[in-house]
Formats: sequence, C-alpha cells, structure tokens
Amino acid sequence: MSSDKLLMRGNEAIAEAALRAGCRNYFAYPITPQAELLEWMAEKMPQKEGGTFLQAESEIGAINMVFGASAAGERAMTSSSSPGISLKQEGISYLAGADLPAVIVNIMRGGPGLGNIRPSQGDYFQATRGGGHGDYRTIVLAPSTVPEAAQLTFEAFDLADKYRLPVVLLADGMIGQMMEPVSLPTPLEEKDLPEKPWAVSGAAGRSPNTVNSLALGAAELGQANERREKRYEEIKKKETREEIVGSDRPDLLLVSYGTMGRIAKSVRRLAAERGIDLALFRPITLWPFPQNRLRQLSKEVNTVLTVEMSSGQLIEDVRLSLGNEVETPFYGKSGGAVPGPGEILKEVEKYVP
Amino acid sequence: MSPEPPAEEMRKVFSRPASLNEEKFTYCPGCHHGIINRLIGEAIDELELKEETVGTAPVGCSVFLYRWFDIDVVQPAHGRVSAVATGIKRANPELTVFAYQGDGDFTSIGTGNSVHAANRGENITVFFVNNTLYGMTGGEMAPTTLLGQKTSTTPEGRNSKDFGYPLKMSEMLATLEGPTYITRQAVYDVPHIKKAKEAIKKGFRYQLQGKGYSLIELLSACPTNWGLDPVQANRHVKEKVEQVFPLGDIVDRSEER
Repeated sequence: MSSDKLLMRGNEAIAEAALRAGCRNYFAYPITPQAELLEWMAEKMPQKEGGTFLQAESEIGAINMVFGASAAGERAMTSSSSPGISLKQEGISYLAGADLPAVIVNIMRGGPGLGNIRPSQGDYFQATRGGGHGDYRTIVLAPSTVPEAAQLTFEAFDLADKYRLPVVLLADGMIGQMMEPVSLPTPLEEKDLPEKPWAVSGAAGRSPNTVNSLALGAAELGQANERREKRYEEIKKKETREEIVGSDRPDLLLVSYGTMGRIAKSVRRLAAERGIDLALFRPITLWPFPQNRLRQLSKEVNTVLTVEMSSGQLIEDVRLSLGNEVETPFYGKSGGAVPGPGEILKEVEKYVP
Repeated sequence: MSPEPPAEEMRKVFSRPASLNEEKFTYCPGCHHGIINRLIGEAIDELELKEETVGTAPVGCSVFLYRWFDIDVVQPAHGRVSAVATGIKRANPELTVFAYQGDGDFTSIGTGNSVHAANRGENITVFFVNNTLYGMTGGEMAPTTLLGQKTSTTPEGRNSKDFGYPLKMSEMLATLEGPTYITRQAVYDVPHIKKAKEAIKKGFRYQLQGKGYSLIELLSACPTNWGLDPVQANRHVKEKVEQVFPLGDIVDRSEER
C-alpha cells in the first residue's frame, strides 16, 4: 500500500488498481455509470510499453478479447454496467468452461431492460449463480467503499489466476461515481506475476496447449465440471469474507452488502441513539456466500433483517443459510432508489420492541 | 533382378505437414475442410511458424482444429473468433495468429466482430471457409446460401423475398480501409489448390511483415448437406457457387502498408 492518499472516483480507483495489479489488457464498451473506468484506462494504460486499451465494437467483442488475452497468459479485464454484463454472459460462461482467469467489473444500474442509470443491486442473482449457461460459478466481490473497491480489484486478479476462473467485482453506480480518499496498492512488477504454463504462447519446446471448453463425452465434461467443483469447494473454505460490526448479543442483525452495507453503518449509529443495539453483517464475497459465519451470529438474535437496493435477492441466500431458525424479514427498494438510514431504522423498530 | 528399386533411391516425396498431427480428420468424404487444414499446415511449415503460431477454431465441423494441428489452439464461442484472435494478438504481438471461421460464424452470428476486426486492420490472418450453409447442425441456410438453394431450413429453396440475398462478406469488407488483403479462392482441383496455398502464405507473410489484416475466403464443398457426391460437389462449386462468389484477389493494399 502506498502511503499517499488520492481523492478518486470509484470507477477511476478500480481502473488504477487493475493497472497496479499488472493488468495490461483492458477491453470495454461505453456504458453509464462506468464510463470513467474506460476513460481512465484509455489515458493511463501504458500502451507504448505494450499495454492494450481497446474500445471494443460491443460488450460481446470486449469479453471475447479478454478471453483471447487471458488465453495468451496475460492479466485481462473488462468492465460494464448491468445491460452490458448481460451481453457478456456468454463469454463469462466460456471463460469458466475454459478455466481462464479474468476480472469483470459490473457497476450495477437499475433494471430490468434499459432500466435507468441509477445505482442498484439488481444483478445479485446473475452474478452469484454463474450468470451464463452451464454449471459454473464465479467469485463475486462486493466493495462498499472506494478504497475497498480498489483493494478488491487488486486482489481479484490474484484470485482469478490462483483458481483459474472469472472473478466479478460487483459494485453499483453509487460506488462507481462517488469520490473518496484512496491509498492505492503498490504496483506489481512483471516478476511478481504468476507463470502460466497452460497459456497459448506458441508451442516451442513443449507440446501444444489448447484452450477449450468443449468436452463431447458425458464422462469427460462431467469430470471437467467435477474438477471445477473441487476448486469451488476450496474457494468456499479459503476465500469467504465478511465484515461484522457490533456486539455478540445484539437486538437485531442487519445484513446488507455494497452501498447498503455502508448505509447500514449509519443506521447502526442512529439505532444506538434510540438504545437499540444493532449488529451488522456485510458479505464481501457474495459467492462464496459466508453462510457459516452468518449462521453463528444469528444464534444470538431473533431477527435477521436483510436490506437491499433490489426487490429481494441477497435475502434468498440469507434464508438458505438460516432456514426457519430465526425471523428473516426483508426491506428493499427497486428501480434505482437507495433506502436511507431513517427509513431502515423504522423498519428495524418493527422488530425491536 | 529385384523389381524393387535400390534403397538409396527411395525417397519420401509426400507426407503429412509437421504442423498437423497423426489424428485423422472427422470431415465427410469430399469435404474441403481437410484440404484447407492441410494447406494451412503446409504454409505454417514452409514459413517455419510452427512454434510461434496460435490458431483459433470456430464452432462447427472444424471445431477440432486443436486435435489436428500440432500447434497451440484456442477454441472460443461461435462467431467470436475474430474478437478472440484480436485479444491474443494484442496481448502477445510476437505470435502469429490465425482465425479459422465458417460462414455462419464469420458472416452471421459473428458479423459485428468480423467487421470490426477487419476495420481495425488487426494484424491477424483470417481463413473464412464458405460452404453456403451450416454443415454440422444439419445443413441449414446461412447468409451465404445461394438463391434457390435447398437447405434444411429453406426446403423450397432460398428466396430473396423472405431470406434476402447471398451475403458477400469479402466484397463488403473490401470497401473498408482497414483490411490489407482480401481474396477468394477455391480448392476443387490442383491448380486452384496451388493458388489457394499461395494466398494462405501471403496472408501469413503480411502478418509477419506487420502489414495488417488478411482475409482468405475459401469456397468449400459440403457434399453431405448438398446431397451431391464429391465429384458433383466439386462441380457445383465451380459452376454455381463461383458465379455468386467469384474467385480472385478483391483487394491488396500491401504496397501502401
């Protein structure tokens, strides 16, 4: 971590963190509210030193250029916002099927369809359930501040390379657009990046490499999927992350992620003024979902309230984790509205006498 | 006297290119993919590119390029080959990158990716195999299907009123300033095979010289889906397909690049 802080917009911090993680191949298509990310890359990518910034013809073009650059063994990234991410899903499925690392940034906006350009958390299902066709998962990282967005972007490349899969950074328009002071990670050098003996680099002095997601036999594809499944299990054990704020025996546990996870902290302060002890649970990895920690915490409360900027998606993972052991109410707003601390507190008060 | 010639006169005059491995093609009898694969293999051998070449394979009958070529191969999604080849070449410009695409891949589902790779003048070599239909899925109409041609989705023959006209992608791309070299070749007899091979080598050479985008369209027979025997299918390419898709260089801007 470099010591000097910079005031940066979320989109810019994500772009700069990617560059510092050694990403020299970035392909994207303009869409609001992530356009600044593209613009930062256009300006800062060291193209004279071999880096590639390419504004692709389409979202589909961009994700497939990432596929090619990743196959060639390079750190590669694309970014977009919800409608564009839908278009990329074919490519994400192929990346997963071909065991290729990549980082995909989704600065979520309101949907479905063209929706609007306001911040939203409506793509939780899409991100955490694979998103495209077939049996696969992606690691999903959800920052709640600009510094965290930079840090998670930086780490996303290591995770992608380590487990050879696409990693999704799932933020929303609020985080993409807001400015905060950021301490950026120290840039990696070429020598810090992992070797990729599986990459296509010209078969000189070795047998040819193939990057491929085709496996015609049921046994062959089944085995490939089982190998991935084993990696997913390892990821669940080693990479699950969450932030927990509050006491061991609170009056109520509030679950939220991203921008809502940040607003939840204000709710906690407001609640304290009213004598309510709120604890907060914020999943940082949405997949793998930190269900064990959530289950432990829930044992001390009667109510686990989930708050989202959607009509209820994270709540399904909360309920899958907790079953009927506690009350699991939901409060959310869809369409690009952001629930404020006051209205969430009113909701909390319904469950805390 | 033995009828066998003396051992020192025995000489191997024809063999599989080193860039192809021992695996047998799964193409139908009379299909031109095998000839085209071989020509690419020979070109890679003769230009000594085997250890620096990365191929990208389409979805369709030639999806198994990675089984047949003894080189690094990437097999991406249907239609995305030009975009993936762009990504590989941009990431590692020292590689020689070719895209191998069918007519459904290159001119239908992947049109946008194909057009923009050409327009950017990506320094890659594209082999576009045009057999006027979707071979592997059962012979459905492609954008390149001839008017009147019966396919499994145009049982009465393609009519322009409902399905438009044969798409001349190579001519379309030649209107752009990006591409360096665009040619259409056939492989139904030896003279044409020789010309096609020269075009393939030219496409690779331009890439090696950093001259930019080359497109070699290769008319191919599909006897199985055309309902013809291999000899008839060859004749069909010459007498029918060539009328709509004439052979020869369409543009060569290599002098300017």
